[in-house]
Amino acid sequence: MTPTKQPIPKTAWWNNARNRALLFQALLICAVVGFFAYIANNTMHNLEQRGIATGFSFLKQKAGFGIIQTLIPYTEANTYGRTFVVGLLNTILVSVLGIICATILGFIVGVARLSSNWLVSKMAAVYIETFRNLPLLLQIFFWYFAVLRTLPSPKQSLHIGERFFLNIRGAYLPRPIFEDGFGWVTATLVFVALCILFLKLWANKRQEETGQQFPVLLTSLGLLVSLPTIAYFAAGAPLQWELPALKGFNFQGGITVIPELAALLIALTVYTASLIAEIVRSGILSVSHGQTEAASALGLRPGKTLRLVIIPQAMRVIIPQMTSQYLNLVKNSSLATAIGYPDLVSVFAGTTLNQAGQAIEIIAMTMAVYLTISLTISYFMNWYNARSMMKER
Amino acid sequence: MIVHIPHPDLPPPSTSTGIIGWLRSNLFSSPANSLLTLFALYLLYHFIPPILNWTLLDANWVGSTKDACTNDGACWVFIKVRFHQFMFGFYPSSEYWRAILAFILIGLLILYLLIDRTPKKSWVAAFTVLIFPIIAFFLFYGGFGLPVVETYKWGGLMLTLILSTIGMFFALPFGIILALARRSSMPIPRALSILFIELWRGVPLITVLFMSSVMLPLFMPEELRIDKLLRALIGISLFQSAYMAEVVRSGLQALPKGQSEAADALGLGYWQAIFLIILPQALKTVIPGIVNTFIELFKDTTLVLIIGLFDLLAIIQAAFTDPKWLGFSVEGYVFAGLLYWIFCFSMSQYSQHLERKLHTGHTN
Repeated sequence: MTPTKQPIPKTAWWNNARNRALLFQALLICAVVGFFAYIANNTMHNLEQRGIATGFSFLKQKAGFGIIQTLIPYTEANTYGRTFVVGLLNTILVSVLGIICATILGFIVGVARLSSNWLVSKMAAVYIETFRNLPLLLQIFFWYFAVLRTLPSPKQSLHIGERFFLNIRGAYLPRPIFEDGFGWVTATLVFVALCILFLKLWANKRQEETGQQFPVLLTSLGLLVSLPTIAYFAAGAPLQWELPALKGFNFQGGITVIPELAALLIALTVYTASLIAEIVRSGILSVSHGQTEAASALGLRPGKTLRLVIIPQAMRVIIPQMTSQYLNLVKNSSLATAIGYPDLVSVFAGTTLNQAGQAIEIIAMTMAVYLTISLTISYFMNWYNARSMMKER
Repeated sequence: MIVHIPHPDLPPPSTSTGIIGWLRSNLFSSPANSLLTLFALYLLYHFIPPILNWTLLDANWVGSTKDACTNDGACWVFIKVRFHQFMFGFYPSSEYWRAILAFILIGLLILYLLIDRTPKKSWVAAFTVLIFPIIAFFLFYGGFGLPVVETYKWGGLMLTLILSTIGMFFALPFGIILALARRSSMPIPRALSILFIELWRGVPLITVLFMSSVMLPLFMPEELRIDKLLRALIGISLFQSAYMAEVVRSGLQALPKGQSEAADALGLGYWQAIFLIILPQALKTVIPGIVNTFIELFKDTTLVLIIGLFDLLAIIQAAFTDPKWLGFSVEGYVFAGLLYWIFCFSMSQYSQHLERKLHTGHTN
């Protein structure tokens, strides 16, 4: 019997899945374009009504307001464009400091949480549960208004010797002054770093060939301490400290840490560290116990097990989550605006926006900065993830 | 016949049982551990007694003015006097019962939905999602014979709860749509969804709130005045839906492909497969993630104080400037912190409980 060819039943064109998809997407595009056209139209109309000119020419206008902390020279005579750079640099400053401090504190607390010491572990747990369940803004306010704003006046500063001072205006630290010969010390440091790099490469090669190990860490530490010290004294101790001193009503000289920066930094560190601690803990716990047992079966000592077996595997879990915490920290640093630390949002999307009135351009620029940071970091993250993925054979 | 009776077991040495054994194994197992324990004890000794004294033993509880605070400790009178304001903002006190009634109702509904094996859950869920918001709106805002309370009078804990609940109410469905679009085979919805999600996730909430408060009035026709609370809500919902979309997407990805293939084999259409097969399973696995997102949202609502709404933190912050009550900021922050902490901690405990309950797989 020959198979009879069944005639394909004719279906209406709108019942064809491909046509439907095309139709749906065309409708979606129309809706989105229409929506944006409507908004653009309204915006044009509203801007005309209010007499606001669009464009970025306002960036060249004179700003005319002061900023309490600037990393680059800035006066009231500078332009709005320069306020953008000043704010951006302040955001970067607090983010970088926050990331460093939060990572250190977070690792300490995370390891303490896993400690076999009951008391230490419980204290770490209390720390984590307290700080991650409180809104960050509340913590910033607490450190700023309830702690730093109640410090004594400059005349009654808290101090350590005649070097470190703490009062309501901020913290004052000695400032290093590098004199002529300091270049030699820096050059020595670079040289030592190169030496250590080659030493590590050589030691790895030797271990692969002969199985013998070389004490790289101790040798490196010895080099790192001895050579720059020798260079420092050979160049005639070319480093002076400028000490802060009370002149009139306030301190002069040294490095000033404004209380806004201190409060923001403490709050960001304490809050993010509580989240990082949990990440570190889950990362270490994610390495199955069999790995530890296998390592001891191979004869590795506990220290080496941790360094060569546990941590590399834990890092695979820790690093992606850690990156997203770093991104959150950068974004959270924008809360600076609530206490007046001059970051990008506070200076540019705050004061500059109020003065220049160019809401759309300024907010778009501010968002673009954060978006660029986020997308760049997540791009690197994806690259790292793809590289460090478990290679199963 | 000789029956060999083994000597009964000796009790374990007294140094490895009871309190001493516990101390030895948990606190003093090695010299380094002992040092650590002593250091921790010193820290506790240094910090706990002053904190206890300040908050409880030396605190002031009675009175109604600043002069009543004569002890060294905290002045809880400040909180007591302003308690109603911290809870309801400037909501008229004769109408408090409406807000309380609305919160009791939503609390009961949620409790009913969360408890296992309660009957007619789908009807109650439909009521909660479709009808209750309308009732709640009239209770809070007024109408049907209830006097109208304008939104600028809303504040305190009430506003915090309203913002986070409504933010969640809109973010969840919108997030589901975004997640489905991102997993769609059609290129245009997928591209739009990725664009939307990455845009909102890449910027801080503050800029979103700035945008909704400054730019939204520019985007809308001139005669349309959008309420300040509504503007904040639009910003929060858009922002939160991007995060929710990623949570839901993780649930969709975790679902084996066989489920959607089985749905196809049964002859279900796209929407039938989504609503009957895919979503019920995917959402169930991500409930802990959804609760965690809600906790984040709850903490993030504090940011609305920057655009001038009086949520719990903002109204406490505002109370510090009252000339009759200067200098009680620590009490205020501790009180606010305690409330936020209770909410966030209980929700995170619930989320962990769910995670354990739903976790039926066998991992190492």
